[in-house]
This record gives sequence, structure tokens and C-alpha cells, in this order.
Amino acid sequence: MPSGTVSHGASGRLRGLFLVMVLVFLEGSVFTVAVASSDQHSPTTAHSGGHKATDHGSHNNTGKAFPVLDLNYENVRVPFEISLWVLLASLMKLGFHLVPHLSNIVPESCLLIVVGLLVGGIIRGTGETVPPVMDSKLFFYILLPPIILDAGYFLPIRPFMENLGTILIFAVVGTLWNAFFVGGLLYGVCQIGTETSSILSRIGLLQCLLFGSIISAVDPVAVLAVFEEIHINELLHILVFGESLLNDAVTVVLYHLFEEFSGIGSVTLLKGFLGVISFFVVALGGVLVGVLYGILAAFTSRFTSHTRVIEPLFVFLYSYMAYLSAEIFHLSGIMALIACGAVMRPYVEANISHKSHTTIKYFLKMWSSVSETLIFIFLGVATVAGPHDWNWTFVTVTVILCLVARVIGVVGLTFIINKFRIVKLTTKDQFIIAYGGLRGAIAFSLGFLLKKEHFPEREIFLTAIITVIFFTVFVQGMTIKPLVELLAVKKKQEAKRSINEEIHTQFLDHLLTGIEDICGHYGHHHWKDKLNRFNKKYVKKCLIAGERSKEPQLIAFYHKMEMKQAIQLVESGGGIKMPSAVPSTVSMQNIQPRPPTKPAPERAIPQLSKNKEEEIRKILRTNLQRTRQRLRSYNRHTLVADPYEDGLSDLFLKKQKMFQIEKKLKEMNTYLTVPAPPPDSPTMCRARLASGKHTDFKPDQVQKGNKMCSDPQAYSIKPASNKVPMIQVDLASPQSPDSVNLLDEFGQANQQEEEEQGLMMKPPSRPREAKKPSEEDEAKDPQKLMRCLSDPGPSADEDEDGAFLP
Amino acid sequence: MYNYRYYCKNLHKYIHIVDVCFFTVSQEQIKNLYQRFQQLSGNHEKISRDDLERIPALNNNPIRKQIITAFFDKRNQHQNDVGSLDEIGFEQFLMVMSHFRPVNSTATEEEKAIVRKQKLRFLFNMHDTDNDGIITLDEYRTVVEELLSQSGAIETEVARSIADAAMLEVASTNVPHMAPDDFYEGITFEHFEQILKGIEMESRMSIRFLDMNTATMRCGKLSS
Repeated sequence: MPSGTVSHGASGRLRGLFLVMVLVFLEGSVFTVAVASSDQHSPTTAHSGGHKATDHGSHNNTGKAFPVLDLNYENVRVPFEISLWVLLASLMKLGFHLVPHLSNIVPESCLLIVVGLLVGGIIRGTGETVPPVMDSKLFFYILLPPIILDAGYFLPIRPFMENLGTILIFAVVGTLWNAFFVGGLLYGVCQIGTETSSILSRIGLLQCLLFGSIISAVDPVAVLAVFEEIHINELLHILVFGESLLNDAVTVVLYHLFEEFSGIGSVTLLKGFLGVISFFVVALGGVLVGVLYGILAAFTSRFTSHTRVIEPLFVFLYSYMAYLSAEIFHLSGIMALIACGAVMRPYVEANISHKSHTTIKYFLKMWSSVSETLIFIFLGVATVAGPHDWNWTFVTVTVILCLVARVIGVVGLTFIINKFRIVKLTTKDQFIIAYGGLRGAIAFSLGFLLKKEHFPEREIFLTAIITVIFFTVFVQGMTIKPLVELLAVKKKQEAKRSINEEIHTQFLDHLLTGIEDICGHYGHHHWKDKLNRFNKKYVKKCLIAGERSKEPQLIAFYHKMEMKQAIQLVESGGGIKMPSAVPSTVSMQNIQPRPPTKPAPERAIPQLSKNKEEEIRKILRTNLQRTRQRLRSYNRHTLVADPYEDGLSDLFLKKQKMFQIEKKLKEMNTYLTVPAPPPDSPTMCRARLASGKHTDFKPDQVQKGNKMCSDPQAYSIKPASNKVPMIQVDLASPQSPDSVNLLDEFGQANQQEEEEQGLMMKPPSRPREAKKPSEEDEAKDPQKLMRCLSDPGPSADEDEDGAFLP
Repeated sequence: MYNYRYYCKNLHKYIHIVDVCFFTVSQEQIKNLYQRFQQLSGNHEKISRDDLERIPALNNNPIRKQIITAFFDKRNQHQNDVGSLDEIGFEQFLMVMSHFRPVNSTATEEEKAIVRKQKLRFLFNMHDTDNDGIITLDEYRTVVEELLSQSGAIETEVARSIADAAMLEVASTNVPHMAPDDFYEGITFEHFEQILKGIEMESRMSIRFLDMNTATMRCGKLSS
């Protein structure tokens, strides 16, 4: 059945796809019918039900002849159904993205809820009870953690920390305000309507407040689902999303507080006071547990260099343990997960292999997306299943109060916050923050957890909660995208972080810290600097193995970038065609400062004075040494050197064989230009600084060349031995008589050298001319433009340099 | 005594200085800065390099030298003047500080752009040590080396290669097509603006002076 679905779907016919989807529904419903019917026999939760069912099956088998073909569905029922649900969820996700334009109009979350409603409807239509899929245990212990861990692990720390104050105010004060505003007014409404409806009058203040605290929390799952699609700018995203994460502590405390109160029925001042304390305990305790497990995970990952395979597992397990440990003490599990993920990430990433990192990334994304899909489908199913008690007054008032409370809360709080913010929140921002306050499955699960004996109005509450969730997810979720476009809210730039930005971000950090110090003002730059230094000095040493612990951020960033480019290079077929967005012909030699001795346009052999010559020689020598050192240091991080990156290096080897054939000539040149001549007879080496690839001023080139050739020694005569190379630089044209010298000395390389000369002597090639118009637009400096146009075109290998441009 | 009177006499002038740069500033903030200035200068009228170098908190700053130099750079005084000063008075001190004012929330887009340009110019001047209008590779390398200087055993080669990669990036984003013979002299201010487009400089490069730590302020003896 599933395979059939896939093949149909792949055929690309939409109608067929829909048919198949319906088939899947039916299939799902048939099996869930089976679940439901068996649930009637054993009214326990799904897991224990499975065990009982197994017992039944074994009983049935006794007393029969040896069965040749036996049907025993009960044995596999539970895992089978779980797989079926997951499969359904994944296929739905797949299906939505196959239908063009659909995902642009309707958010996925809405579609999934609709699917859930349909599935639930079909189950009900067959006359069976709908299975209690949205079990709170299932939700809180299985479905929620992956989403939160994904959010925590990939939390953009910098914007989060920069806006922490705002986020905390929204999460704590805003949620409290929402809870009490909604709860209080709702109670008032219930009391007013006493005469008309007797049910509402029975709802006490505490119940209303509890309901308010359930309904007031912005839901991270719903927010993520919607905000991922609208690509809003980083600030708004982190504000709404951060709020949805951190308000968990408030919700947990309020929930337990009011539940306790309504169970006992008496509220004392002491208990209220203890409630406030318990908030801090829950929030900070959650964070503490998370940090503890995060550090443990980081510490463990220090020693995994010999068992790379299980590295990702540690990340998942420690985080899950953190979540569960926090839940044991009724601490905020979400905060624990966030803290754990955020704390472990920088250290774990430095310790584990590149592959493990990719694995973690993919697993988290996969789990969280499946979880999210299941949550929304289950929400739909549960809506059909649940016992409902629709009370017009209650539901309408709840929806309206939720909206009003959110708007007032956001506007009021922003008014205060803006006094302290450097980047003020504009009216548009406030609107999006208020409008993005979606409610979701957490509220539903909490409502589901309410005990019937304490809350006779549980059904009314559940119905109202579901209505609010549906209202926010459907109405707000569907309209927020057009609204964002209508208001022209700043979107997220997709630009990759460039090394210049990284340098300047750090420069700015130090600069601001310095200025703060000069003003004698200990602002947050000052403390951040202190924290960074502490981290560098102590924490990193303990948690990161080996060399990398001392690596400053900038260098780590640089290595990461180098690595990414190396991989890109490999994947793009040895860098012959670069997928880089900006085709660029700029290479290292374009930016390297020429030695001051360079006579600008002179074409004759220049007469170099002794000391100038010495100067050039010195430059070349240091560059050579640098190249050699960098070769070594580079290998430590490169793919080939890492024995664990075997898969990539396989690919790498394949590519490099191909590459060798195509690029042999150019590689040759790279090495030929820096031969180590006999120490006593200085070779006339044509190290043309101005043009061509064969200048040893380009460590990147050489290094890249080395990477590409499995054995660079095979081509190079003797690349830069320990002896100090004596190179005389000739800045003349390619046809300078000196090049003959070179040819004589390195007869073996004759051919290549000629080849290369042929390349160099080419007149401006055609592709060059094709680019002219665009260049004319771009070139600001007319002089530069002239030079660009008059110069010979770049040789084909220039493309390769693109690899090193982000 | 003299200082405070001098300060009071010139208060309107100081406010003018900072207001010129589209910043609104309260008397309170100027007063705070003035007290700090006095504390740093040891109640003198001018502040010298040594005064700033004595600030203990700056010792750990990798770009301490550049920061101090920026204070004595005439280019940061909005007077189209080049060279460096030996001592600066409170006016000049305020002028440098004004580069770090947060942009007003009511500022229009043009005002924001101007502020942004000013801030970027300040940064650019910090890099462009010889004031030739471009940041050469050597200058850029120095910046990166200084940036990494505090992190212990860092090979200068790595620092250099980072600067090289950064320079290459600048060259390739701004002048995408260069013939092999071309030479990219360095980062001009326009290119500098271009590469830092992604950083919201007008908001990032700002410090709140408002909640100045009064404890440290009090050290500067206020005599009136």
C-alpha cells in the first residue's frame, strides 16, 4: 500500500495523487477502526492495550493444528499503527508540497488540521469511537521534545540574547497579564450571564483563571509552523518565538498553582507568595537542569573521537534526559531543553565530526517536522473525537478576550520596553507581534489534562480552547502572510554571513566594549566581554578536546567557511563549474599588494637594485613558508585528512582524478613557478606578480592545488624545500627571455610551460566581451573599467577562484 | 572649580555639538560624560593618550590601540581635518562619543542613512590608518591580527589568510570581473559600505549612556 502510494505520487498526476490520498485516509481509518474496536475491549492506553492484545493472540493459538499461515495482527498492532500514523503524516506533508501554489496560500498547519478533521470524521462516520490520539502523555513526552530541541539547538543565540529583556517581559509579564485579564473578565461575564445559563454560573473564579492561564500562552509549535513560512525578519521572529518558548515556565506555574487551588478550594496569601517563588524555581530550575545536561553532553562529546557513530545519540539523549529530569520535578521541561540545546551546541560542534553534525541537523529537522505534522493531524482528530459542550457565550467571549488581551498587552508592554530599547519596536512590529500570538497544541493538551472531578466544565473549556486554537491557526495564520506583505514588514535577508561581516561584528563588539570602558559605563557589552573571556579561558578548555579549544571564534568561522567551500568544490566537480551566485574573476593576485618596487606599466626587464631584489626575495620566501605551514594546518581540517569523512573523501578522490586530467597543466604551473633551485645557482624564475596563476603570492592557489592532486610531489620538481629558495623575480611580460631559462632547466615541464604560455597569450577571449555591457553598469570607477576592458581576458582556470569566494 | 564653571558656560555648546549629529542628548548625559572626562583627565582640561591607556578595563581589549587612536584622530572631529591630536578637550571627546549615540526613533530614513554613514566612516577611519581613502590589504591584515592578538598562540599566518580571504571577498563582490593584471588597491569607503550592508550599523554601533553607572561617576570629584 505505501509503495503503491509513492509510485502513484511520483507519477505526478494531481488527480491520481488526490485519489491516493483518499485511499490513505480510508486505509488509516480502517486500521484506526480496528484500534477503536479493540480499545473497547481493553479500555487502557495504547501501550498497555498492545500488551493485552498480545496475550489474547497467544491464547487463541492454543489447541489448534500447526498453522501454516497465521494471521496475528494484534502482535504488531501498536508499532504498526504508529508507523501508519507517521506515514500518513509524512505523506500529507509530501503531498502538500507537490501541489503547486497550495502552500503559498494556506499554511501547512491548517491543511494538516483539516486532514486530521477528515480522518476523524471518517472514523466517526464508520460508527466507531475515535481513538484518543491526542493523549497528553504522548504529546508531552514524545511529540513535543523534538520540536523544542530543534528550536533550542538552532536557537540564534546572538539575537536571542540581545533581545532577552524584551522577550522575557513579553513572556512573563505578557502571559501573566493575558491570563489574569482573560480569566478575570471571563469570570465577570459568567457571573453576568447567571440568569440565562446555569452552567456558566457554576464556573468559579479559580477555574476561570486556570482557563485563562491555559489559553494565554503563545504556542511555539504553531508559531514556528507559521513563522517559518512567512520569512519575517530576525528581530520579530525571535521576539515572538522566544516569547512562545519562555512563557512555558509561566504557564506551568500558573497551571499547577490554580489546579492546586481549585482542588483544595482555599487560597491563602502564603500560597500566593509560594506560587511566586515557585515560578522562579520552575523557570530557573529548568534552565539549571538544562545547562547541567548541556555541559555533560559537551563534556562527553570531548571523548567521542573514536566512536564517531554514536556522537549524535549523545546530543539527543542528554537533551531528552534534561527534559524528563525537569519534568520529574515539575520544572519547565521546555526551558530545560532550550537551555540544554543552546549550551551544548558550540562545544559539541567543535568536538564532533562534520558528518555527525550533519546527522544531528537532519535528525532534528526530521523529527521535529514529523512531530509537528502529527500534532496538527492529531489536533484535528481530537477535535472530532472530543466530547464537546458548545456554549456560544463562553466561546465568543473567550476568543474576543484573547484577541483584546493580546493587543493591549503587546501595545502596553512595548510602550514600556521601547524606553529601554535601542532599536525601537514600530507600530508595524507591534501589530505583527500581537497578531503572531498563535495558540496551539500545548494549550489543548493542558486542557485535556484537567480532571473531571475538579472541573465539571472541562468540556466547555476544551471546546473553547479548540475554538481559540482553530481561530488563531486558521484566521490569523492564513492572513498573516498577506498582512506582512501588505504592511511591507522587513523580511529576512537570505544572505550568507560573509567573513567581512564576521570580522566587523567582532571588531564592533570590542570597540563598543572599549568605548563603554572609556565612559566608565558597565553596559551589556562590558558584561558580555567578561563572559566571553571566562568562556574562553576556562569553559572551552574543559569541554573542547585538543587544539580547537583555543581557536578564537573568527578563526573557527574561517575554518568553517573554508570547509564549506572545500565541500562545495568537491561537489561541483572539482571547481570547474562553480555554483556561486556571483561569477567572479577576482583572484588572489588581484588583491595582493605588489612590492613597492613594481614599475607600473613597464614591459622591459626592469633593473632591480640589490636591496629591492632582496626585498622581493624576502616576500617570496615568507610566502613560501607560509604556504607550507598552511598546507599542514589546512590538512588538519580538510576532508581528506579526516579519516572519518571517508564517504566524502571517496567522492573527493573520484572528483580529483577527473580534476587532475583537466587541470594538470594549471596545477603544474603552480608548482613550477616555485621550484627550489640548487642553493648556489639562483634560477631565473618567472614569478610574474601581475598576471597568471603561477605566482607564489597565492597561498590559496597552491594549497588548493595540493588538495586537488593526490600527490603534488609527482608534478612539482621539488616544491619549496627547506632550503631557502632563491628566486629572482621578473616582472616582465610572458615572453621575457627569462622564461626560456626556466624551460631549459626544467625540460620535463616544457610542454606545460608552453601550454601555459599559449593560454596567457590569448587575446581577450569572447566570453569576456559578452560580459562587457554588464560591467559597464557595474564599474563605478571609469579608470578601473578601462583597465578591465583593455586587459586580456582571464584564463579558464579563473573560475576556480570562485570556489573561494562565498 | 574652574572646570565646572567652564563646563556650565559651554553646556549649550556641547548640546549643540551632539545635536548637530542628529542626536538628542540630555544635559544629564553630558554631565555624566563630563564627570567621566574629568575623572580620566585627573581634573585637567585636556585628556592625553596616557590618560586613556591607564584605564584598567581596556587592558584586555585587543583593539585598545585603535580605540585610543580614534579618540585623537582629527578625522573624527567633523572638521575635514587630518592628522592626529596629542590631547583632546571635552568637546573633542564628546565629538568622538557622539558616534556611538543610538539613532533617534523618530529619525527619518535620510537621517538614519546619514547616521549610518557617520558610524561607518568612523569605523573606516579606524582601519584606514594612513588616511588615503582606502583600506589596503596591509591595513586590513593589521586589523585582523590585532583582533586575534588576545587569543594567545595564533599564528599570524592564519590571521593573514583571514584578512586575505576577506579582502578577496570585498574585491569579488565589488569588482566582480577583474583581469589578472588588475590590482585591487584596497577597500574604498563605498565598498566598505557595501560589504557591511548586512549589519545594521545605525542600531548596532550604539551605546546607551543614559543609565551610566553613577558609582564610577562619583569618583570624578565634582567641585561646585
